[in-house]
Amino acid sequence: MANLNTKTISELSDLLEQGKCTSVEIVNDVLAAIDARDGKINAYLTLDRASALKQAEAADKARAAGKKGALLGIPLAIKDLLNVKGQPCTCSSKILEGYIAPYDATAIAKLREAGAVFLGRVNMDEFAMGSSTESSAFKKTRNPWNTDHVPGGSSGGSAASVAADEAVAALGSDTGGSIRQPAAFCGCVGLKPTYGMISRYGLTAFASSLDQIGPITKTVKDSAILLEAMAGKDEMDSTSIDLPVPNFAKELTDDHSLKGMKLGLPNEYFVDGMDTEVATAVWNAKKHCQELGAEIVNISLPHSKYAIAVYYIIATAEASANLARFDGIRYGLRKDGADPIELYGKTRAAGFGPEVKRRIILGTYVLSSGYYDAYYLRAQKVRTLIRNDFTAAFKQCDAILAPVTPTPAYKIGEKTNDPLKMYLDDILTTPVNLAGICGLSVPCGFSKAGLPIGLQILGDSFKEANILKIGHAYEQTTDWHRQKPRI
Amino acid sequence: MKYEACIGLETHVMQKTRTKMFCGCKHEYGAAPNTNVCPVCLGYPGALPVFNAKAIELCCKAGLLLGCKINPHSKWDRKNYFYPDMSKNYQITQADQPLCLGGQIVTEVNGELKTFTLERIHQEENAAKNTHAASGSLIDYNRAGTALMEIVSTPCMHSADDAFAYIQALKLIMEYGGISDCDLEKGHMRSDVNVSVRPVGQEKLGAKVEIKNMNSPSFIVEAIKYEIERQIEVIENGGKVVQETRGYDSDRGETFSQRTKEDAHDYRYFPEPDLLPVEISAAQIAQWKSELPELPVQRRERYVKELGLPDYDAKVLTAEKSTSDFFDAACKKTKQYKLVSNYMMGKVASLVTEKSIRVVESKLTPDALAQVADLVSGGTIGSSAANELIEILFTAGGDPKAVVEAKGMAQVNDDSALEKWAEEAIAGNTKAVADYKAGNPASINSLMGYVMKQSKGKANPPAVIAMLKKKLDA
Repeated sequence: MANLNTKTISELSDLLEQGKCTSVEIVNDVLAAIDARDGKINAYLTLDRASALKQAEAADKARAAGKKGALLGIPLAIKDLLNVKGQPCTCSSKILEGYIAPYDATAIAKLREAGAVFLGRVNMDEFAMGSSTESSAFKKTRNPWNTDHVPGGSSGGSAASVAADEAVAALGSDTGGSIRQPAAFCGCVGLKPTYGMISRYGLTAFASSLDQIGPITKTVKDSAILLEAMAGKDEMDSTSIDLPVPNFAKELTDDHSLKGMKLGLPNEYFVDGMDTEVATAVWNAKKHCQELGAEIVNISLPHSKYAIAVYYIIATAEASANLARFDGIRYGLRKDGADPIELYGKTRAAGFGPEVKRRIILGTYVLSSGYYDAYYLRAQKVRTLIRNDFTAAFKQCDAILAPVTPTPAYKIGEKTNDPLKMYLDDILTTPVNLAGICGLSVPCGFSKAGLPIGLQILGDSFKEANILKIGHAYEQTTDWHRQKPRI
Repeated sequence: MKYEACIGLETHVMQKTRTKMFCGCKHEYGAAPNTNVCPVCLGYPGALPVFNAKAIELCCKAGLLLGCKINPHSKWDRKNYFYPDMSKNYQITQADQPLCLGGQIVTEVNGELKTFTLERIHQEENAAKNTHAASGSLIDYNRAGTALMEIVSTPCMHSADDAFAYIQALKLIMEYGGISDCDLEKGHMRSDVNVSVRPVGQEKLGAKVEIKNMNSPSFIVEAIKYEIERQIEVIENGGKVVQETRGYDSDRGETFSQRTKEDAHDYRYFPEPDLLPVEISAAQIAQWKSELPELPVQRRERYVKELGLPDYDAKVLTAEKSTSDFFDAACKKTKQYKLVSNYMMGKVASLVTEKSIRVVESKLTPDALAQVADLVSGGTIGSSAANELIEILFTAGGDPKAVVEAKGMAQVNDDSALEKWAEEAIAGNTKAVADYKAGNPASINSLMGYVMKQSKGKANPPAVIAMLKKKLDA
């Protein structure tokens, strides 16, 4: 069978189950696609072919021995901040060049147990700080739909690899939109689960109270499969929640009716400066959901306008402490100095890129004596108001529809000289992280220039089943997700 | 002008937990460097802390023993500073909502009972151990992340003696409570000492000088004495005491400036997002209360009230926990409490000193000591034989009765033998017999001495006296 790399997880697992293909064949097709295209796309940082084939062989053997499972033998691309034992984990930063992860992140361990194949490491914004993958210290990843454009970020390598069929699916992480936004820019499905849904153990921290691991896939069902495999309480992460994990994938049936569902539309999310093509696509998606039987209600999220300010205070404050461990003492880059303080200074000056430095300085500032109350403490209070907005909204509706980004993917280099402008693009995604709720990005159209547009479906905490159901119904009754870029 | 010193202590106590504070690594002393380490305590990317429930329990129990209020909602904070002893370059600690609030230590200082008040106890993690060698600095992360609690007193002490008594009392409570072994050699207990002076009568505290990281109580005493004098001298000479951190040079017996207020750290405390707040229910607190061990002061009272010991004995016996536990165990096997106490303070104590081992490390068991007391009270052996027996049991162990038998230590109670020796004594000591008959009962002692000598000390003294009286009064 040809072009196995173009298929979805659920398609491939059926083929594997029926003995129509092997994991080794899938991996070989994916590797061939990477060889053919990644010179253009630059999604991968490192690729361990031998190991990938060995894992695939092991999966095929296990299947022959009677092992089953939707992920058995499925190759995945992993964002370069998740620890996979024995593989590099640079977070696209020079400061972690040469570091080899000594342990598996919990999510990785669960996927390994399920028989998934860890293909390689994909590019990202350095330490997940950015929205275009341009802050990577190593390479510029390109949008498969138009290689002059960014793939989004920070999980840009994950989204680009999936969109280019250089991976069947990928893992990313979302702190302020880092899964949903690149998924939207690249025409993929991206899920940011509820905070606490998936253990963060082994996810290199950017902002601990906002980070979540999540899938970037070709279909909603594939996201459901990966979510199900990774979710659940982990003794190694105190913030993971002890709730039974629903059978997310099984609940996605061929019944695409949205009868009885109430979908909220927040006026505040159709912001000034929003691209009319994006607004139109989302508007049409709303109409489509109505046709599927959903009822649309108008809701208000009045504090969302403060989300960017709050986000860039809380996230940078946490990051300033989280990134303090990269000091050249125990692992990674070291630039020697006469004393520890000089060593730290030289190592961090050489190891971190400008965006990371900017955020560490900002975070250090907002936590400083005399400024804490005015910035950090106030930001935490507003964060509660943002959370309250959603709590009130979810009393009126089952899920919220919104755009993911104000515009489709912009050109490489277009916003790199204006960090603030790039920060403002996070306006529609950051409230979700601040509130800790879940959000799904699903393709809902293309701009005239042929760039994908995403629809954001937001659900209350631990209501992933709701947004997956809506996303699946919408996706299966449209064909945006079946489009492939010409590379 | 007269001055008053105000002294507060911040005492770090390493808790007796099997594993570290935020990871599953073993907490043990003396392991090969960097063997008890994992991604969490080494601060690897992606590693997360999970708190040790046993440490929380021990911290709260310490609080309950010290009369603190247990905070039902406490939380964790990050204290940011760059130093190679802290792998994450922040320490997880508790800033504004510690586990325990208030509390006090009541103890005797030079015969006077004083109450020292506490501000709080909070839980945190220990730093790694840095060793500076000629070739460079070495870091051992085995200690990194071990459970450490900080007991903060108010500036309620006014002399080095106060501070010494406070530390000794605190140490004893921690040992008795099973909170910490408080082994000073192993750094289980270290204090930061805050000293300030002010004119007597002034309410406002003077500028505070902090002397960091002291583990020897005698050095703390020296440092405080030096610092009080130094500060008074500065003021007397028209100067101003500078708020600063000072170190103590034990060789020179002086404190020296390390860091002034101007270059003090801004630790940028903020709530630790990786850990949930600690919620402690009233039921949990009640449960812990019910499990609290007896404190020295309570045990001392029990020895007096229930065992009928003199207060002196009670004080001596409770001064060290393992000794006191040994005594308690022995008293479960015999009712001869005072006899056991006498041996503990007498023969056993001298053997402990002589052999320099603790009683629990000797071959003597509480059960054996109880049997010795019973053998003495039952008249089977005399007191000199008892001391001899204790020494044998202490060094070689064994069953007391079997040893008595094997060594022929039993007292002679046999009337015929006693009668023979009594008759010999009376026949051979006419003067003593005459004195006795003339009304001097004490002269019977020389007759008794003869009998004891003949019996090689094995005659039972009350039985000898009874026999002599019987013969003399006949």
